[in-house]
Amino acid sequence: MTSPLKTPDTDPPGWLERRLPVMSLLRRQYVAFPMPRNLNALWSFGAFLIVTMAFMIASGLFLAINYTPDITQAFASVEAIDRQIPSGWFIRSLHMGGVTMLFACLYIHIGRSLWYGSYKAPRELLWLTGLGLMLMVMVTAFAGYVLPWGQMSYWGATVILNAVHAIPLIGQPLSELLLGGDTLGNVALHRLFVLHFTMAFAILGVIALHIAALHVVKSNNPSGIDPVSPSQTLPFHPYYTSRDGFALCLFLMVYAGLVFFLPDLLTLADNYVQANPLVTPRDIRPEWYFAPFYAILRAVPSRLGGLLLASGSLAVLFVLPWLDRSPIRPATRRPMVRLSLPLAFAAFILLGIAGMHAPTPAWLLVSRVAMAWWFIHFLLVMPLTSEREMSS
Amino acid sequence: MTRWTRNLILAASLTTLPACASTPAQRGRMVFQQVCSACHGMEHVTYGDMGSLGLSPDEIRKWAADQQMPNGTDDNGDPKTRPATATDPILSPYPNEAMGRLANHGLLPPDLSRLALTLPGGAEEIRQILLSYAPTPAGVTLDEGRYYNTALKWKHIGMPPPLQDGMLTYPDGTPATSAQMAGDVSAFLDGIAHPHQAERRRIGVYVLAYLALMALLTFLLQRRIWKGHR
Repeated sequence: MTSPLKTPDTDPPGWLERRLPVMSLLRRQYVAFPMPRNLNALWSFGAFLIVTMAFMIASGLFLAINYTPDITQAFASVEAIDRQIPSGWFIRSLHMGGVTMLFACLYIHIGRSLWYGSYKAPRELLWLTGLGLMLMVMVTAFAGYVLPWGQMSYWGATVILNAVHAIPLIGQPLSELLLGGDTLGNVALHRLFVLHFTMAFAILGVIALHIAALHVVKSNNPSGIDPVSPSQTLPFHPYYTSRDGFALCLFLMVYAGLVFFLPDLLTLADNYVQANPLVTPRDIRPEWYFAPFYAILRAVPSRLGGLLLASGSLAVLFVLPWLDRSPIRPATRRPMVRLSLPLAFAAFILLGIAGMHAPTPAWLLVSRVAMAWWFIHFLLVMPLTSEREMSS
Repeated sequence: MTRWTRNLILAASLTTLPACASTPAQRGRMVFQQVCSACHGMEHVTYGDMGSLGLSPDEIRKWAADQQMPNGTDDNGDPKTRPATATDPILSPYPNEAMGRLANHGLLPPDLSRLALTLPGGAEEIRQILLSYAPTPAGVTLDEGRYYNTALKWKHIGMPPPLQDGMLTYPDGTPATSAQMAGDVSAFLDGIAHPHQAERRRIGVYVLAYLALMALLTFLLQRRIWKGHR
């Protein structure tokens, strides 16, 4: 007996096929789908992201069942999940570890697109939906971090909501919409819970768009030259299913290592102290995945300026396909970009490290230099070298 | 003795612990029960959670039954209490924050549920504090209800020295010196601040072993599939 996925197109369509051709769709998109032959391990991070999202949604549903979005009970309900709910400690660690894995993969996935020029025509919409996903994941992670109602939840949210408040025109209504009052309290916690829960499923919808766009324009590859003949491609299954399967096992080992052996790395210890509006923690630190943007916020003396530059550091990515007009995709074949882009990656990592440290003059200087390079790379190096590096 | 043999013996002793012997955390639980709980609570920990420290259900029930829980008000509006059960939290002995401060010169004894995690120095800092009481040096005047303690930045603490040699008797015969009790109770609080840690690591080993095996199999599979296509 042959599997329905393997039925050749020439066979007469079966019962299901005549009514809803999902099997032939799956076969076209996930079995016979042509993939470049030369993809490297960095192309597995999209698969890691999908799997991590699945873990996040599944564990999140079980957490939501046991969580109480009320400022008097939220902290205790999370403690109960960690201590008394059977396997609650595991589900919660899976969720907290998932955030770290999600952001790590997201940043590597985006870094890979930057390095190999995957954002260029015809993949602009793939790039934009991907960046949209990153923003949605950030909003979701912010809302989710408030839910345990620990000290860092409270004071981190206070910092962010104050920053939102500083946006001209829409800032005040937006922060009032989130807060539902003058201060961060019960109404805000309830709203952030609903926001967190809703965004998770909205993200699933945009992932569908992202994958649909990928299947229209097909995968980029390290050479940056799209395959033209079928001999330059391999079917997705079994070639990339087997390779992604192996990569996933390695990825899950890292994930499991965090969840089972290093759970204290996943959150700041201060968040195990219940939120207290009267006691400001010694230093308010973000989780590592927000640290680069937090470093930019702090590096600028003006609140609005910091906010503009922090959001600008992401905005430059959105316009990148139009800033970089060179048709050559991979940085490896562009002498200037090949030097400048790794420095921009280093700047991002430095900003992250700076964001985790107290704002001493030395760290502020590091933040400012790194931030400057980030903008120089995207706003000057990319457009100015486009002309010069038109062909290799 | 090599490290391997020592670890093997240690691992074997963990699995076949004689009933009378006890771990530091189990002894530390006794210290908490007989000393710390006079002022401190662990509001997120239930009596039943002590089962993971080797306390039998009967011992848990007995401990809980000795404690009183608030239980609404009677017909006259006066507060009522009832004996605690295994699912009740280990509350502070003070009915509210104001009473706790009143009894301790304005300072509130902190909750111990996560203290070993939230203190910057962790459980070791708790041990150090317990062992760093000293007579107040000449020339230093402390407010009433403050005790000289070299482990703290300001050299004083609101907690009176809680441990004295021989103040309790360990059933396994371990001498109850202050140093011993301080080490035991910090081990206990470390376990309380990291719930299910032993189980977490035990399951983690199996998960990693399983994933390593799967990684090997999928590696061989993909190598076979890709043969001649690279």
